[in-house]
Amino acid sequence: MAKTQNTSKVKLGRANKIFMGVVILLMIIVCVIIIYPIYYVLLASITDPVTVNSGKVLLYPESPYFEGYKTTFAYKPLWVAYGNTILYTVVGTAVALIATVPAGYALSRKDLPGRRGLIFVFTFTMFFGGGIIPLYLTIRNLGIYNTIWAMVLPVAVSAYNLIVCRSFFESGIPGELQEAAKVDGCSDFRFFFEIAIPISTTIIAVMALFYATAMWNQFFNALMFLQDDNKMPLQVVLRNLVLMNQSNQMGSSGDALVTKQKLAEQLKYCIVVVSAAPLLMVYPFIQKYFAKGVTIGAVKG
Amino acid sequence: MGRRGEKSPAAKKAGRSRNLKKVLSAWQLYVLLLPSLVWAIVFAYYPMYGLIISFKDYKIRQGIMGSPWANPIFKYFQQFFSTSIAVTAIKNTILISLESIVIAFWIPIVFALLLNQIRNLRTRKVIQTISYAPYFMSNVVVVSIISVFFSATGVMNHMIGASNPILFTSLPQWFRTLYIGSNIWQTMGFNAVIYIAALTSISPDYYEAATIDGATKWQQIKYIDIPMIMPTVILMLILQIGNIMNVGYEKAFLMQNGSNTIVSELISTYVYKVGLQTAQYSFATAVGLFNSVVNFIILIIANQIAKKVSDISIF
Repeated sequence: MAKTQNTSKVKLGRANKIFMGVVILLMIIVCVIIIYPIYYVLLASITDPVTVNSGKVLLYPESPYFEGYKTTFAYKPLWVAYGNTILYTVVGTAVALIATVPAGYALSRKDLPGRRGLIFVFTFTMFFGGGIIPLYLTIRNLGIYNTIWAMVLPVAVSAYNLIVCRSFFESGIPGELQEAAKVDGCSDFRFFFEIAIPISTTIIAVMALFYATAMWNQFFNALMFLQDDNKMPLQVVLRNLVLMNQSNQMGSSGDALVTKQKLAEQLKYCIVVVSAAPLLMVYPFIQKYFAKGVTIGAVKG
Repeated sequence: MGRRGEKSPAAKKAGRSRNLKKVLSAWQLYVLLLPSLVWAIVFAYYPMYGLIISFKDYKIRQGIMGSPWANPIFKYFQQFFSTSIAVTAIKNTILISLESIVIAFWIPIVFALLLNQIRNLRTRKVIQTISYAPYFMSNVVVVSIISVFFSATGVMNHMIGASNPILFTSLPQWFRTLYIGSNIWQTMGFNAVIYIAALTSISPDYYEAATIDGATKWQQIKYIDIPMIMPTVILMLILQIGNIMNVGYEKAFLMQNGSNTIVSELISTYVYKVGLQTAQYSFATAVGLFNSVVNFIILIIANQIAKKVSDISIF
């Protein structure tokens, strides 16, 4: 009896070991698939375009060539766009937080008259909308077409983020605390600003991260709602240079045609790196908030 | 307030004033809500009202109300269905969505289940962090990477060692593969977060009991993990089905080029083109409205079915 149990345990151990081996192998493959394209672009941005264009699989830096970055850093329009994106992201995130966080708190209060109806007003926008033409006409009618507000306001509130925020306050602030404060004559404003906000840095970080990522990566709204070249954000310029093949206009006019051609290819990689780098460098540090935000939304959504 | 008819007018009045008092005493909460509410009215509901122009001959000068009704009222809808592009765009939209659900939906689930097996917390964190790196990259960046990676002289052609390079980015038959494949790459890690959270909330007692009974890891996944995350899976499935007509047009638009429009033209990209590039506002709005309504109906049906079958629903 004891013996059979032992052998079955050994068998079990072996089955689990094989299984874990497969799991680890799969995880390694997944990580390679995710990282390699990013790593490749990074390598290609500092490698001689001749080597890159041979289609060779790059694994480590070889035949370094930094002309691409030199030209990229000297290319003014890219930095104008960079400035625009930073401006839109900072203003946009601030506006979004001012709109979303207080509303999330108000909707979390069970004693808010008309609460269910108000929540519905927001959730409905997740599943039905006017579509791009009516939104475009709205922007025009408001007179904010081709201004920073056309980039900021349409995305200032996302119903999903609002619900995440509400769920956070619902589970994060005990009802007794609220009642006790009320008995002591604490107003809703004071409670929100002096008690709710200070204990809610997590949700504010989550919201800031969600909104900032969305604002930084905005492309289509810029295409629809902006007109002037000097107002375009990074994503639009990136698309023009890389996908519409305009990167050959970047070098100085004195460069020989061959150098220009050579450069044009490398420039694509440099621009991609420059525009993706900020978020990729920041996110590992704030990602725990990110995961938290998604989780809050899922549990209570 | 159930049986209204039986109440005396005075009682009704008292009830109403009590309600009013409640609303008034909560005024500070309404103030906190105000910015978002204004946003909803201006940027969500006013555009919904603007949908009326799909039934009108909209002229910018005359405004939404002033523009004359279209004659017949469904003129622009009829116009859409009489174009050859209608069938193509509807077909492309539905195909890309269905293929995404069939191919891509379960991948984050499997990823979450396998990642959950890794007991070393640090390793797990590292893998998870890596997994959602692409989520922070914009569509423009991702499409840029696709365009260099899959170009005629790119790495992919080199790796498969084709003697004649395959033109992945312009051949129609590769469009959906690239679109869905890169979507998986972008969102797998992010979409898995929800499942990972559901998995970590499972009580360790289950696994202990299962181990004592001699269950292998594989059996534990099958009989504990999967049933436990099923509600989350169904919820996510409803949400995805409810977005079946709302394919991310931004990426499709970026991946579009002259030679692949027969598969890459979606309803949404078509709306953008006829609406904003050629200024046919009423027509484009009609096409967009058709899309939203069909989508909404599908959402309701999916939600209803899920409610019946599993008691899980979003509303």
